[in-house]
Amino acid sequence: MSGPKDIHTYLAEFDDIPGTRVFTAARARKGYHLNQFAMSLMKAENRDRFRADEKAYLDEWKLSDEVKAAVLARDYNALLDLGGNVYFLSKLFSTDGISFAEAVSTMTDMDFPAYREMMNRGGRSPEGLRSIREKR
Amino acid sequence: MARITAGIATSHVPLLGVAADQGKSGDEYFSPIFAGYEWSREWLAENLPDVIVLVYNDHASAFDMKIIPTFAIGCGESYAPADEGWGPRPVPDVEGHPDLAWHIAQSLILDEFDMTIINEMDVDHGLTVPLTMLFGAPDKWPCKVIPLAVNVVTYPPPSGNRCWALGEAIARAVDSFPEDLDVQVWGTGGMSHQLQGPRAGLINPEWDNMFLDGLVGDTDKLRHIPHIEYLRETGSEGIEMVMWLIMRGALGRETRALHRHYHVPCSNTAIGHIVLEPVDGTVPPSTTIEGNNSAAKA
Ligand SMILES: [Fe+2]
Repeated sequence: MSGPKDIHTYLAEFDDIPGTRVFTAARARKGYHLNQFAMSLMKAENRDRFRADEKAYLDEWKLSDEVKAAVLARDYNALLDLGGNVYFLSKLFSTDGISFAEAVSTMTDMDFPAYREMMNRGGRSPEGLRSIREKR
Repeated sequence: MARITAGIATSHVPLLGVAADQGKSGDEYFSPIFAGYEWSREWLAENLPDVIVLVYNDHASAFDMKIIPTFAIGCGESYAPADEGWGPRPVPDVEGHPDLAWHIAQSLILDEFDMTIINEMDVDHGLTVPLTMLFGAPDKWPCKVIPLAVNVVTYPPPSGNRCWALGEAIARAVDSFPEDLDVQVWGTGGMSHQLQGPRAGLINPEWDNMFLDGLVGDTDKLRHIPHIEYLRETGSEGIEMVMWLIMRGALGRETRALHRHYHVPCSNTAIGHIVLEPVDGTVPPSTTIEGNNSAAKA
């Protein structure tokens, strides 16, 4: 691969991408129990138990109060910061019965109709969103 | 002898599975996407392989965070569609080809690709959506499939160069399989998309089309693209395109494009697919100590 082979240099570049949390090993470690909790919602009986009492279900997992609060609030940007990965968090989207695109729109500064409209017009341009440092 | 006859790369957006399963493929929103696959479906019906090595990634379906294999190959008899949280897709089970799969797995390990071997797993939209897009809705999939799962979720995923080299090693393995089989290699995922954070919805048609261009001919420049470029240019989930490079590597020195299609949007994603045929399918000899001697290079 052209590009750094040194892991520190490799990882340092990820912080330069606007509005993006790359799912690094550090995030994977931090979010391990959050992602495993989300994964448990793949089973119908777990979804039912979660829906019946979200707080009680969350208490069964090794999660910080901060994580539990972010799950209860469906604050997906906060959950990304806490090590959540979108493919795992998507189990929560389907438990709530909302589409992937709608859930994704909540992480942006747009509401769902505006987000959908942007996608229908060809999506978000990468212009100005490639690098914070280089402003391109 | 087994031989690689063609390669296909395609997006594997889950919404396309939903659209197909609910009979919505003719809707205004979906028809330009499904129409783009028509040529490929007809071509494939006439050029059906015996086996497809289907490169894809699992999306928190068969694998959770407990085990994260970088490269894993399915050596089982069959694979059921996964329940991704709303019940399994109503599509046939996928039939494997354990003889060829084990042959490839063993050969790759001797060739210094230390594969994880999977005997039982369910397969998610990453694998079943490409089958749907290219075969429609038959009662039974018309050929056997060897799933090859790649980690593109937890960083670092394998480099583009390593993926390309894995494709070359797959070509060597197929080449040494004694049975007379036509094999296709498919790479799936992409194209540009970002499913998270304030930058979600990013789409980059210029870059995606540069990538499609780079799969054709005798250039191998795509193998040198670093992860950071995928992230910056194609969104956080565009990295899935490294899986296309396994397909491209397996087709050898030079390719020709038979068909190509690109459409925006499908949900959050740019849809692309390309059908390739080897022009010069030769791949370099193994780089193992054993393979990298003068006799093997001659
Ligand atoms: Fe994917």
